[in-house]
Amino acid sequence: MAPENAPDLTAAPEAAQAEVPPELVAQTLGEYTRAYVARIRAGESGVLPVVAAMIAIVVVFQAVSPNHVFLSPGNLVNLFQQSAVFMVLAMGEGFALILGEIDLSIGFVGALGAAITVQLVQPQTTGWPWWAAILAGLLACTVFGAIQGTLITRLRLPSFIVTLAGYLIANGLFLEVLLLGPFSGYPNLAGFSDNLKIIYNLMWGSIDPTVSWIAMGVVVVGLGLLIYLGDSRRRRSGLVAPPPSLTFIKIGLIAVVAVVVVLICNTNRANFGTLEGVPWVIPIVLAVLGAWTILLQRTRYGRYVYAIGGNPEAARRAGINLALVRTTAFMLCSFTACIGMLLYASYLNGMSSNVQGGQYVLYAVAAAVIGGTSLFGGRGKPLHGLLGGLVIGGIYNGMFLKELSFQWEYIVTGLVLLGAVTIDALSRRGSASGSVGRI
Amino acid sequence: MQGEMTAAVAEPVARDEPLLKVRELDKHFGPVQALYHVDLDIPSGQVTALCGDNGAGKTVLTKCIAGVYQADHGQVTWEGHPVHIRNARDAARLGIETVYQDLALADNLDIVQNMFLGRERLRSGLLDEDSMERAAAETLAGLRVTTVRSIRQPVASLSGGQRQSVAVAKAVMWNSKLVIMDEPTAALGVVQTKMVLDLIQRLRDRGLAVMVISHNLNDIFEVADRIAVLYLGRLVVQAKASTFDRQSVVEYMTTGGLGRTGGRRTQES
Repeated sequence: MAPENAPDLTAAPEAAQAEVPPELVAQTLGEYTRAYVARIRAGESGVLPVVAAMIAIVVVFQAVSPNHVFLSPGNLVNLFQQSAVFMVLAMGEGFALILGEIDLSIGFVGALGAAITVQLVQPQTTGWPWWAAILAGLLACTVFGAIQGTLITRLRLPSFIVTLAGYLIANGLFLEVLLLGPFSGYPNLAGFSDNLKIIYNLMWGSIDPTVSWIAMGVVVVGLGLLIYLGDSRRRRSGLVAPPPSLTFIKIGLIAVVAVVVVLICNTNRANFGTLEGVPWVIPIVLAVLGAWTILLQRTRYGRYVYAIGGNPEAARRAGINLALVRTTAFMLCSFTACIGMLLYASYLNGMSSNVQGGQYVLYAVAAAVIGGTSLFGGRGKPLHGLLGGLVIGGIYNGMFLKELSFQWEYIVTGLVLLGAVTIDALSRRGSASGSVGRI
Repeated sequence: MQGEMTAAVAEPVARDEPLLKVRELDKHFGPVQALYHVDLDIPSGQVTALCGDNGAGKTVLTKCIAGVYQADHGQVTWEGHPVHIRNARDAARLGIETVYQDLALADNLDIVQNMFLGRERLRSGLLDEDSMERAAAETLAGLRVTTVRSIRQPVASLSGGQRQSVAVAKAVMWNSKLVIMDEPTAALGVVQTKMVLDLIQRLRDRGLAVMVISHNLNDIFEVADRIAVLYLGRLVVQAKASTFDRQSVVEYMTTGGLGRTGGRRTQES
């Protein structure tokens, strides 16, 4: 045989085995499982640590919470509502993290946008319709992100410093906006105006149980068909594809999760009267997740974000407009932050100077990293923000149930974050030494 | 751009007219004269090795041809027509692709994603992964790059020689006529060097012009049809590889061939 077909003698076979994603070489489910285990051993753990953390949280808090209330339907919905803000902020922060940058401002930038929205819908003052007020808030945040992104990319200032300045500026502007109008710095969403009601319902509104079931069915069937048709088309044309059994397991898992979520939400969770149905916040979070997943995984723009995070020089030589992609990423980051803080405004039934924008941005970074996004750039998915947000929300919720004070919530969250960063750094070192060793 | 996935055989150029002709090229950075009156010919279907000591101007010359730097003076003729290459895109449009020493691959992306980086195919606005994967597989098979386990594995998991192969495949995928390779074997072991040299020969057999920058005399004498030597920014000699021996190449590289030609720039065919 020609020498070019000679085996790559310098490659350590077991190392290569471990680093190749399992779905690439495996033809059967058994092989897939073995390859996956090998990959975890090599440090490419994916979402496994965060799933493990979630299981640990569930087990511990279910055991220690008074009357084992942690897993009750009412508390689970509550937990999701508390986590939603972390999740959405973390999905926004993901854009900066994948680029290998950081955005410290999103807590207060989002709060600024949400405060603008809450002010604009007040019937006593401006009385804007809800959609116009939300658009105005989103626009304000996007402009803020564009300015930060421009400073970072055109003037080549470090994102850490620019967004730290942005944090302070947005904090100040946020407080100024709160003071506008006759609300003593606390514009709220209580009142009979439909516009106020709709913003309030972002977090607290629920979809009718029957509609919930139908919507869930449509989403699961649609998603399942997409996955199934995509995988089987790739298998037919001989492209890299997971084995059929895995496709069905994937679809089955999605269906099970969806059914469980809707079942939980459709249980009456009110102490008095009726409160049931899927809260609006769930489809909102899922819409953000879906949109950003498609953008990052299925479009040129997303591909360029990953390429810049992995190797900016390679991206530049490929003719990618780095400044444009980076600036847009910071705009998307702030835009998403506004969605997150709108949910928070709804959660708090208004905006006030008590909003901890600084703490929330740190939770957002923590959630993204806990979920599996790398702080070193190039790796991460919107799904990581969702999973990490659930972990942080779970800790927050469980500590609250146990009536432990905030100091313990901080400490535990900090420890979980340290663990996540350690896993990130170790897996990165593992894969880097793997390839360097074989050059 | 689509449908031209296999590197086509270069169009016939007027006989004796090299694919790329560089004349009187000057380039300076501040007070440093990096290139001085460089004349260089790159013919199709041949491997031209560009040698020179560190700082001789090899990389600068390559970057001037690839459009990364702008020459101060001088003429570049491509297929007989004078051209002005202002950036990497201009170079790509002509069919000039460069494989830099650092390969410019994104470790976190897989082989297909790297090969199509910046030129992704779309179907109804979204990435057409299936068609890209098929095309990438064809190109790799055409170059007989068969050691990669799967073209969906991240580049981080590849060996040095495999990375080099991916970078070369990426370069020839776009109907290129001239592939410039900067120190392609510098970081490689014996087996992998062999793999890359074979790849270079396959490019030549397809009728592409290949320009290889190298320090390594073993590699140069193994693959080069022509050898050109830069010395302190001047091109001191270019000729058929068979007219050189190791001794003479080393002499040109270290002294500019003073002892041999009295410092004249020689131009043999």
